[in-house]
Amino acid sequence: MADTNDRSEHALEVAKKQGKLWYQIKRSKASYFMIAPYFILFFFFTVLPVVMAVGFSFTYYNMLEMPTFVGWKNYIKLFLEDDIFMKSLKNTLILAVITGPVSYMLCLLFAWIINEFKGKLRAFLTLIFYAPSICGNAYMVWNLILTGDRYGYLNGILLKLGILDEAVQWMQTEKYVLPFLIVVQLWLSLGTGFLSFIAGLQTVDKSMYEAAALDGVKNRWQELWYVTLPAMKPQLRFGAVMQITSSFAIADVSLNLAGNPSVNYAGATVVTHLLDYGTVRLEMGYASAIATILFLLMVGSNQLIQKLLRRVGE
Amino acid sequence: MAEKVKRRRKHSYKREKKLNRSMAGNTLLFVLMGICGVAMALPLVMVINNALKPLDELFQFPPKIFVRNPTLENFSDLFILMNDTWVPFSRYMLNTIIITGGGMVGHVIIASLAAYPLAKHNFPGKKILFLLVELSMMFSWTVTQTPQYMIISWMGINNSYWALILPACAFGMGLYLMKQFMEQLPDSLMESARLDGAGEFRIFWSIVMPNVKPAWLTLAIFQFQQMWGNTGGTFLRDEQLKPLQYALYQISAGGAARAGAGAAVTFIIAAVPITFFLICQSNVLETMTSSGMKE
Repeated sequence: MADTNDRSEHALEVAKKQGKLWYQIKRSKASYFMIAPYFILFFFFTVLPVVMAVGFSFTYYNMLEMPTFVGWKNYIKLFLEDDIFMKSLKNTLILAVITGPVSYMLCLLFAWIINEFKGKLRAFLTLIFYAPSICGNAYMVWNLILTGDRYGYLNGILLKLGILDEAVQWMQTEKYVLPFLIVVQLWLSLGTGFLSFIAGLQTVDKSMYEAAALDGVKNRWQELWYVTLPAMKPQLRFGAVMQITSSFAIADVSLNLAGNPSVNYAGATVVTHLLDYGTVRLEMGYASAIATILFLLMVGSNQLIQKLLRRVGE
Repeated sequence: MAEKVKRRRKHSYKREKKLNRSMAGNTLLFVLMGICGVAMALPLVMVINNALKPLDELFQFPPKIFVRNPTLENFSDLFILMNDTWVPFSRYMLNTIIITGGGMVGHVIIASLAAYPLAKHNFPGKKILFLLVELSMMFSWTVTQTPQYMIISWMGINNSYWALILPACAFGMGLYLMKQFMEQLPDSLMESARLDGAGEFRIFWSIVMPNVKPAWLTLAIFQFQQMWGNTGGTFLRDEQLKPLQYALYQISAGGAARAGAGAAVTFIIAAVPITFFLICQSNVLETMTSSGMKE
């Protein structure tokens, strides 16, 4: 008897909840209207392709014949047979762990410093620091510097100073490849995150600084930590996601400076490996498996970083 | 009224300067900015110098960064080459305006429109939709290209402007960026408009958007760069539909004989987004949205 009572009560509750949900959906008509155009396009051009790519990762697909299902084979091959993948995974992790946090800090630091300047000078400084992201010839500059003969700028300087006896082939020497990739990547770091921080600093309420000064904030560093950063937490989150997506996907810098394949795969990253299979060997199934692993790696680190960001200003 | 605002700005500007800033700190920052600025400006300096170099200097070995005998020859060479392209050059420009403009304006408006309810309304499904957007940004674009190409073919919009514009409108970044900025707006702002009887679309257009101007100007810069760099790739087959970027690459791909025109092309390809960037940035920096508005 008691049991049936319980059950009917439960049913009533479910019905109530459903009714409430339906009521909420109906009440939010305007919201759904507003998100509809974006999410319809988003579904077709972003979600669907990702779902299909994950699907391909369980197939053998050479883009000429129909894909054939192979189960976990691609993943097993990745982790057990593909030595170059392991090397590129290691390189990617090194690059991401070093350049990720440092780039992020640099974006924040330079955005914050530029924010101290006024008017035209400030727009000009923003341009100068954003220039590597907009000029399209950034690697050309570094190729000049790192050229392996004695006319390369770096060799030239070191020879003149007597530090070197003969020119070093920087990008053809295994031990130098990764360090230089890190340097160039850091130099390139002021991109999306940087500009969004510049914009974010604009929206910090100026009166908060006055209030903070009254509350005993003494210098600009305290002001940064207790006032500015907490006020721009949404931008910090956005910047972190952008940083993760770019740090784990480092490839262009390696392709342009170290070449593909780089000497002894010293500059191979997960994405150069992916590009190799996806655009050269046309093994889409295998490339998709690499992309899926990379995706999981990014999702994991995003979880971690967002947790850390919640502590800002405490 | 305007004068009052002006006076208040001036006032707050002065106060802001004095707060918590030491001389030593300022000097340190200036020096740091100077050193780093030189390193960051290199690509810009090189693009400009190369565009002005006569041919013999372009091929000089070892290469020099600065030009010695500046000339505008490269540009006149480029203009001559522009005159005998397959399709009139103005057609390429029109294509670029449509593709870049469509992809930029479309994305900024559609993504902002969706970002507003996600930031400020409460409705079932909101969290999961936003999570989808966040996750989508982390999937490597290289492998989604193939399925995307299939979908575009199925829809029958291949070989049209839509094949470039519609996917550009669906990028995840814009929505994410706009939502983050809108989250910061105080609820009271929208509440009072609602009490005045304004509908949600009206609130979005005349209250939310003006208050997040730095955000959508920044998004416009990103999107402009993205669309401007697009050569049409696999999607556009007809020569009449291809963008400027494609035509310019074709011109500069002529090997050593066209190195001069090529340097001019590199300059133009960089100069256009830089101009757009400067227009947007100076507007970002001029908006004093927050003071007095957030309570």
